[in-house]
Amino acid sequence: MSKEEVIILDCSLSPFCNRVKIALSEKGVSYESKEEDLFGSKGGKSELLLKSNPIYKKVPVLLHNGKPLNESSIIVSYIDETWPSSSPLLPSSPYERAQARFWIDYIDKKVFDVGSKIWRSNGEEQEEAKKELIEILKQLEEALGDKDFFGGEKFGIVDVIAIPFTSWFYAYEKVGNFKVEECCPKFSAWEKRCLQKDTVSSVLPCPDKIYNFITSMRKNLGLE
Amino acid sequence: MGEEVKLLDFWPSMFGMRVKIALAEKGVAYEYVEQDLRNKSPLLLQMNPIHKQIPVLIHNGKPICESSIIVEYIDEFWKDKAPLLPSDPYERAQARFWVDFIDKKIYESAKKIYTKKGEEQEGGKKEVIEILKQLEQVLGEKAYFGGECFGYLDIGLIGFSSWFYAYETIGNFSIEAECPKLISWVKRCLEKESVSNSLPDPKKVCESLLQFKKRFD
Repeated sequence: MSKEEVIILDCSLSPFCNRVKIALSEKGVSYESKEEDLFGSKGGKSELLLKSNPIYKKVPVLLHNGKPLNESSIIVSYIDETWPSSSPLLPSSPYERAQARFWIDYIDKKVFDVGSKIWRSNGEEQEEAKKELIEILKQLEEALGDKDFFGGEKFGIVDVIAIPFTSWFYAYEKVGNFKVEECCPKFSAWEKRCLQKDTVSSVLPCPDKIYNFITSMRKNLGLE
Repeated sequence: MGEEVKLLDFWPSMFGMRVKIALAEKGVAYEYVEQDLRNKSPLLLQMNPIHKQIPVLIHNGKPICESSIIVEYIDEFWKDKAPLLPSDPYERAQARFWVDFIDKKIYESAKKIYTKKGEEQEGGKKEVIEILKQLEQVLGEKAYFGGECFGYLDIGLIGFSSWFYAYETIGNFSIEAECPKLISWVKRCLEKESVSNSLPDPKKVCESLLQFKKRFD
């Protein structure tokens, strides 16, 4: 077996990094995680990050035998294509693959930005953002339908992409004073199902950590 | 064989052009259905209820939305002819990265050229040139972004070239002067029937954009 060097330039709270780590875990690929200092408290972003992602200077970056890959959804597709033998993440039919890619694009365009609005604001702005998030989750519930996972019977690429955002929901709920489970029970049931998987629960951070992070950010923004 | 293929599109859309080129590359016959975006048809709203946007490919009654996703679908379904994406996973990731870069950057920056004035417009021009220069670097000495063969990234960018004349006329600058390599690539692509048949006349795009501007000036 050839020696694969797989490194992720990482941020443990980032849902974008976490989806990459879940994908690697699903494929049984060992990797090394290098935590990046994104907020400059310990010297800022590494030279390696700036060199590997000169366009966006963001995490995650996957370094596979020294070659950099950027943009988390693109990285996850790369992982699926590079280690195809174990648990394919994308469905096999072109139409279902197009559907999966559509939902990945929808999730990427909507969830994190709207969620961020919830904790970056108060009052009416926050209420609007909460409403928007619930609408998005209801849309995803429709896409899920009666399936166990977005991938059908098996955990698939849309599940990998979506599940890391849920570790931020506890913080949104506390700040925004609402409960996702009450508004979107199907979505919460899917979340719990995913969290039963080792590959997911071993990667996702404790929601408390995210809540603490958000609280300190809100303080810095003068929102608390 | 009985494949029913329909494309819901709007003639100046650089995103719709991607789909037309991909279908032409694969030799797929389809019905083109022009959409009025100020008065969206029930078919469009039914086939793309989430984004309500063109292009939409309807294949045997089933809709596929988002231009890059449609192009990948076309490549995977009609896989026996003219492969659009590279076969190597790393090369595929690179092609997807740059199409995503194009999607994130060009349209919004270019919009400033024809919707803003003064400093903001200048800003838009500078940004567009920077983006195109970055893409020139990616092209390097290759004939196409896909290497020797026209591919996914070429398809992702070429439609924007039909808007260059409009940007230049309205913004009063020359893209060729700043990005000569890129314009050579544009001319090379236009020699392909699949491209020249899929792109509108740049003068028509400019006319249409000037009319659009009048409404907002």
